[in-house]
Amino acid sequence: MGMNITEKIMAKAAGKDSVKAGDNIWVNVNVLMTHDVCGPGTIGIFKDKFGADAKVFDKENVVIIPDHYIFTEDKRAHRNIDILTDFAKEQDIPHYYQPGTDTYMGVCHVTLPEKGHVRPGEIILGTDSHTCTHGALGAFATGVGNTDAAFALGTGKTWLKVPETIKFILNGTMSDTMMAKDLILHMIGEIGFDGATYNAMEFAGEAVDAMTIEDRMTICNMAIEAGGKSGIIAADAKAEAYVKERTDVPYTLFQSDEDADYKAVYTFNVNDLEPTVAAPSAPDKRRAISTVIGTELTRSYIGSCTGGKISDFAAAAQILNNQTVGIDTFIVPSTTFVEKQMNEYKIGDKTYMQIFKDAGCRIGPPSCSACLGGPDDTFGRTHGQEIVVSTTNRNFPGRMGSMQAQVYLASPYVAAASAITGKLTDPAPYLQGK
Amino acid sequence: MKDIIRGKAFVLGNDIDTDQIIPAKYLSYDPSNPEEKKYFGKYALFGVPEGQSGLPSGDIRFVSEGYSSEYNIIIGGRNFGCGSSREHAPFAIEVAGGEVVIAESFARIFFRNCVNGGYIVPYEAVEKLNDKVETGDDLEIDLTTDTVKNLTKNEEYSLNPLGDIKAILEAGDVFEYAKKMGI
Ligand code: SF4
Repeated sequence: MGMNITEKIMAKAAGKDSVKAGDNIWVNVNVLMTHDVCGPGTIGIFKDKFGADAKVFDKENVVIIPDHYIFTEDKRAHRNIDILTDFAKEQDIPHYYQPGTDTYMGVCHVTLPEKGHVRPGEIILGTDSHTCTHGALGAFATGVGNTDAAFALGTGKTWLKVPETIKFILNGTMSDTMMAKDLILHMIGEIGFDGATYNAMEFAGEAVDAMTIEDRMTICNMAIEAGGKSGIIAADAKAEAYVKERTDVPYTLFQSDEDADYKAVYTFNVNDLEPTVAAPSAPDKRRAISTVIGTELTRSYIGSCTGGKISDFAAAAQILNNQTVGIDTFIVPSTTFVEKQMNEYKIGDKTYMQIFKDAGCRIGPPSCSACLGGPDDTFGRTHGQEIVVSTTNRNFPGRMGSMQAQVYLASPYVAAASAITGKLTDPAPYLQGK
Repeated sequence: MKDIIRGKAFVLGNDIDTDQIIPAKYLSYDPSNPEEKKYFGKYALFGVPEGQSGLPSGDIRFVSEGYSSEYNIIIGGRNFGCGSSREHAPFAIEVAGGEVVIAESFARIFFRNCVNGGYIVPYEAVEKLNDKVETGDDLEIDLTTDTVKNLTKNEEYSLNPLGDIKAILEAGDVFEYAKKMGI
């Protein structure tokens, strides 16, 4: 029996010729990422267990990216960043993207690949559930808690159960009004919010081959919303080009064998699909756009690791160019780098940023912002009974702040078109001739 | 790890996510700071919507006052602990006095955090229990036989054996376990 990509990566990391689903193995960790919410707790456990003078396993591959609670008056949030700053200094960690300095980036899952910390064939742990994003470049990447992170920080190791893999084959060509976000919302709706619990989700097929790396990240980002341990896409020439532009660290490419074992295989023809949203308050409440057109909204939010990359703003700008929003619309670049691109990239002679300003959007500083609610003064956070269309990845009760708010998850096209009308809107008419 | 855990049940529905277990707003408390730690207890399960907290009535808070709960055994439904990787979630339950969560199924990272951090015992029930047990029922869990007795209702239910993770729970946490394994 052959192995799939996930099994091959794990076998290599465990120093074994082969592994199979269900094996418990100790593996070497290549990269450990943490941020301001889970970093302080991780450091606390690390010091407690390994001693005050302990050193991290590999300072080149411990990446610290504060992003959650940056632009707030909350004193404890600032204190947490100070803890990270002290630790980075004490450990002489080169890859610390420090708030308030030129190195500050913003959302960890957009920063990690952008800065070349994601390489195919590696094991990446992050103290954040959306670490699964990085499977888009052919790595095994998964979220862990503080204890696991602290253990890896000290030893460079973790134990993993080799997951069973579910394969998703996406055939066909997406319509021009669809984005990767629509596909992943469709798949989560198909298998349910816990449909891939403990499993790796492997994505393949023509539609995946045709996707940009950023679109693949959108897909893998939301594997966790189906309970997945990881999402993965075999690295191809596009992925290699992306990685080589950003790092010269050597890496290993893996492909699934023809006779690899899968728990299940789902095949979709993406030609048959249409823009899709997830209704309040779970990511698997799938609705085809045609069935919810006209649903009244009070707010649109475009941002986060899922929907705040430059390609997401390119999509939103296409729709909002020479339009005016009808409801409060919040634009939050995921990183300072994306923000810079928004000030450079143009449609006609207007930058994306100018397009959003002219349309009447409010633009916030790069960070996670209201994607996870956060402190009361967080930009874009809900406080009442808002009905939001959002490009983020979660719509649980209270996720964007208020327990009474309702959130529809959608693509940047849908969020932008809906911002204009104040109702859930099919983006098709706004894309005609573009 | 104890062999027998006895106490009162607190019953919840399906898909209890980590924002319901500990809302994001409270994550800036530092779990390793003794003064701040108690707030995790105070706000444990604070985000569970009204009508769904403490079934069947749904209007019971897990922590009604102070920093700890009168309930030490949580009975959930499917997909308990879904959402973020925040270890603050099992930690908050432990700080409030919770010892065990019994659910039909768990989200992976929450489950792993319960075990590796040695906070609470995550047990999978063989059958759906959140419509059999009521909040306040007296339960007795036998970890040697993987069974739970409902002393209030005079019923007995089976649990799925803990399997591989039992060794980690017995060791205390992943650090102790790794030592035993010679890692
Ligand atoms: S943008 Fe949202 S989902 Fe992404 S890391 Fe930040 S809080 Fe998490």
